[in-house]
Amino acid sequence: MFKKIGIRLIIAVGFTSIIIIGVFAYFNVKSHSTALLSEVERHANQLSETVISSTRFDMMQNQRERIQQIINTIGQQEHIRDVRILNKEGIITYSSEPSIINQMVDKNAEACYACHTADEPLENISITERTRIFRMNPDSSRFIGIITPINNDKSCWEADCHAHPSDQKVLGVLDVTISLDDVDKSIMKGEIEIVIFAIVAIIAVGFIIGLFVRRWVVRPVNELLNGTKQVSMGNLNYSIKNMGDDEIGKLGQSFNNMTKKLSEARLQLFQSDKMASLGRLAAGVAHEINNPLTGVLTYSSFLLKRTKDNHEFQEDLKVIVRETMRSREIVKSLLDFARQSVPKKSSADINEIINKAVEVTENQLSINKVKVEKVLNKDLPKIKVDSNQMQQVFINLLVNASDAIGKSGGTVAIKTNHISLSPYGTAQIKKAECPKRHNLLDSEVRIDGIPSIKVKARFNGEESLIHLDPVYGKLRNIYESNYKEKTNSQYLCPECNTTLLLEKKSCPKCSSSVIGIEIPGQGVYEVCSRKGCPYERWDYVDTSGLQEFIEIKISDTGSGISKEDLSKIFDPFFSTKGQRGTGLGLAVIWGIVDNHNGTITVDSEFGKGTTFTIRLPLTQQR
Amino acid sequence: MSKTADILVIDDEQVIIDAVIKICSIDKYSVDTALNIKSALEKISHNYYKIIICDIMMPDGDGFQIIDELHDKKIDSTIIMMTGYSTVENAVKSLYKGAIDFIPKPFTVDELLNSLFRANKYQEIKKKQEQLSKQQAGSSLFYVPCPSKYSRLGYASWMMQERDGSVFIGVCDLFMKTIDSVKEIEFHNLEDEIAQGISCVTIISEEDRAHKILSPVSGRIVEVNEILKTNPSLLEKDPYFDGWIYRVIPVDLEYEVKNLTPCSSDRI
Repeated sequence: MFKKIGIRLIIAVGFTSIIIIGVFAYFNVKSHSTALLSEVERHANQLSETVISSTRFDMMQNQRERIQQIINTIGQQEHIRDVRILNKEGIITYSSEPSIINQMVDKNAEACYACHTADEPLENISITERTRIFRMNPDSSRFIGIITPINNDKSCWEADCHAHPSDQKVLGVLDVTISLDDVDKSIMKGEIEIVIFAIVAIIAVGFIIGLFVRRWVVRPVNELLNGTKQVSMGNLNYSIKNMGDDEIGKLGQSFNNMTKKLSEARLQLFQSDKMASLGRLAAGVAHEINNPLTGVLTYSSFLLKRTKDNHEFQEDLKVIVRETMRSREIVKSLLDFARQSVPKKSSADINEIINKAVEVTENQLSINKVKVEKVLNKDLPKIKVDSNQMQQVFINLLVNASDAIGKSGGTVAIKTNHISLSPYGTAQIKKAECPKRHNLLDSEVRIDGIPSIKVKARFNGEESLIHLDPVYGKLRNIYESNYKEKTNSQYLCPECNTTLLLEKKSCPKCSSSVIGIEIPGQGVYEVCSRKGCPYERWDYVDTSGLQEFIEIKISDTGSGISKEDLSKIFDPFFSTKGQRGTGLGLAVIWGIVDNHNGTITVDSEFGKGTTFTIRLPLTQQR
Repeated sequence: MSKTADILVIDDEQVIIDAVIKICSIDKYSVDTALNIKSALEKISHNYYKIIICDIMMPDGDGFQIIDELHDKKIDSTIIMMTGYSTVENAVKSLYKGAIDFIPKPFTVDELLNSLFRANKYQEIKKKQEQLSKQQAGSSLFYVPCPSKYSRLGYASWMMQERDGSVFIGVCDLFMKTIDSVKEIEFHNLEDEIAQGISCVTIISEEDRAHKILSPVSGRIVEVNEILKTNPSLLEKDPYFDGWIYRVIPVDLEYEVKNLTPCSSDRI
C-alpha cells in the first residue's frame, strides 16, 4: 500500500503539515500561557502593592485591628487563596487565614527561598524572582505566589510607635497567593483548540492533496500503465485518451505517438516478411497449379474442337474453357504480384506520373462524381522510379478511392511534397574496411538483423572482440564477456591487426581514443573507444543532412476503413469488395513501394475517409 | 533407327505431354517425348526434330539448356518455350535466346496449334533459305530482314528509336511470312502502357488464327498507325516502314535494349 505514489505523496504532505502545525501550535500555546501568566503576575503584584499602600497608613498608626480587617476583606476575594504579612523573624503577623497567625515560617520554605538563598537576604529582587508557581499537593490546581518586601522608611522609624529601628532595611514581607485555576483552564482550552485545529487541518490537507493527486497523478499514471501493459501484450492499436496538457498528458501523447510509430514499423516489417514468403509460395503454387490447369484447358478446348456439331456439348465445354481461362488470369495476377522483380528505375517527375494516372482514371472518377483536387508541389526534384509501377500504384489508389466514395460523389485530394527527415538512427553502414581493405562486417553477429562491425581489442596480450552497431545513432554495441576497459587498449582489425584508432584524435566527450572505420565511398565512421560513451560521428551522413523524401498523400472522402480492417488492407487476398476484387491491389502497391525503398502508410476514419501516404527516398542510403 | 518424329515435347508432367500429343495429332504431327532434360539432350543428340516444345522449369535443369545445346551443336530445330512460371523475364529471355515463341501455361488448343503453325512455316522458310544460299551465295531472301538500325525481340517484333526519343514498334517480315494473310489487327488504345515481353498486338490471320506479338519495349503508346486499321495488308507489304504499328514513349530503353538483338548482326 505504501508503494502507491498517491499514498506516499499524502504521507509526505501530511507529515510536513504535522510538523508545521505542531511547531506553530507549540509556540502559540506557549506564548498564550506566558502572556496569561504574566498578566496574572502583574495583577498579583498590583494587588500586593495595593495591599501594602492601603495598609500603610494603619501601620503608621499601629492600627493592627484595621490591618487585619483589610487583609481579611481582600483575602475573601474569590481567586485569592490567602494574603499574609510576615515580620522579619518569619512570624506570620497578619493573614486572611486566622489559624496560621503567629505561626513561624521557616526561612527555607519555598516562599522564602527566592530571597534567602544566600546567607544575607537579598533586598532588591525583580518581580519574576519574587513570583513562584506551585501546587499545594500534586492533585490540586496551581497557585501563584508573590512576595513583596515591605521596606523600611523614614516615616516608619520616626513614627510614634517606634516599632522599627532605622537600620533595618526590610521590615517584613507581604505574601499573596492567587489560584491559577482559571488561567490553567484557559490554557488547556487553547491547547485543545489548537490540537483540534491541527488534526482538522492535516486531515483536510491530506484529503485535498489526495483528491488532486488522484485526479492529476494516479488516474493518468494508471491509464499509462494500462497502456504499456496493452502494448506489451501486443495491442499496438491501443491509444491513451486525452489526458490534458501537463507533463503526464504530454507523456501520454508521446506514448500514443510511439505506439503509432511502433505499429507502423511492425506493419511494414510484417508486410515485408509476409510478402517475401508469400511471393515464394505464390510462385510455387502458380507453377504447380498451371500444369493441371493446362490439362483441363487443353482437353476441354480439344473437346470443343471435336464436338463442333453437338450444340449441347459445345455450350458446356465453352463454360469449362471460359472458367479455366479465368483461373489462368487469377494465377497470372498472383504471379504478377509475387514477382519480386527489381523495378526498372529511371529519372521521372512524380507529378507527371500522377497527372497521367489521373487522366487514365478520369472516366471512372467522373462516373462516380468524384472531384480530384491536386495540390502538387511544382519544385519537386526528379526521382529514380519505375514510372510504370508508380503509375500503377496511383491508378490503383485512385480507383480504390473512387470505390470507397461510391456513387454519391466526393473528393480525392492528391498532395505531393518534398520533405526531409533525419538520417540519425536510420542510416546504416553497409560496408566497413580497415586501412588495409579488410572487410570488417561480420554477418555472423547481427545487431537487429544487420551484420555488425567487428573490431579486436587488445590489452597486455589479452584479446577480445567488439561488435559495433551498424546503424548510425543507435550504438547497441556488443562487447565480448572478457572485454576489459583499459585506457591503453589497442583496437585492431581482426584480420591484419592494423590499428583502427585515429591518431591525434580524442573523443570530445571523454577524451578517450577514437576508433575510425572506413566506409568505402562514404567517409569515415568515428566512435569513442570507451564503452558507454555516446560519441559517434559519421560526417558523410551528417553533412548529407536530412534524408530527403518525396511524400505523396492521397486522401478521399469515402467510407473509410474500420480499425480491424486497417491492419489487414495490405495483405494479399484481403478484399472488402467481395466478388469484384482479387484483394491483390494494395498488396501489389505495397510491394512496388517497398521495392523502391519507400514506405506506404494508411490513416483512416470510418465513415470519414482514408489517406494513403507514400514516401519515396530521394537519396539511396538505406 | 526408327522414323524420327516431327516434334519433341519436353515436360516433367505426363498430363502436359499427353495434351500436347493430342493437340499435335490434330495437325497430324508425330511426337516424341522426354520427361527430363537429360533424356531430352540424349534424344536431341540422336535424332533431328523439326520442332521442339520445351518447358522452362524442369526438375534437373531449365529449358534454356536445351536452346544452348542446340545452338552449340548448330542444330536448327525450331523451339517453342512454355512454362507455368510465366514471367516477362522468362518470355524475353526465351525469345532472345532464339526460341520462336513463348507459351504461358495453361494454353488452349488453338494457342498451341497457331504456334506450331508458325513454327512449321518458320522451319520451311529457313530450309528453303538454306537450300537457296547453297545454290547461289548472296541471293535474294525469302523474307526481308529488318533494317540495320533496328533491333528485334526474337524474330517477331522490331523497334526503332527516332531522334526525338520516341520509338516505333512493328512486326518483322519473317513473322509475317510465317502466318497466313492478315484478316484483322487488334490494337491497344492510345495512351495505354505496354511492356516488354507482354503481348501488344494480336494479328488475326486466315482461319481465325490469332497471333500475339510480344512488345520489344515498354512504354506508353502515343500514336497508333491508323492506316493499318483500314488496310491491314499493309503490314505484309511494308512491315518496316509504312506498316509500323505504334509510336511509343519508352520507359527504360537503356535497360531493355540488352534483351534485343540488333538487326545489323543479321546481315553478314
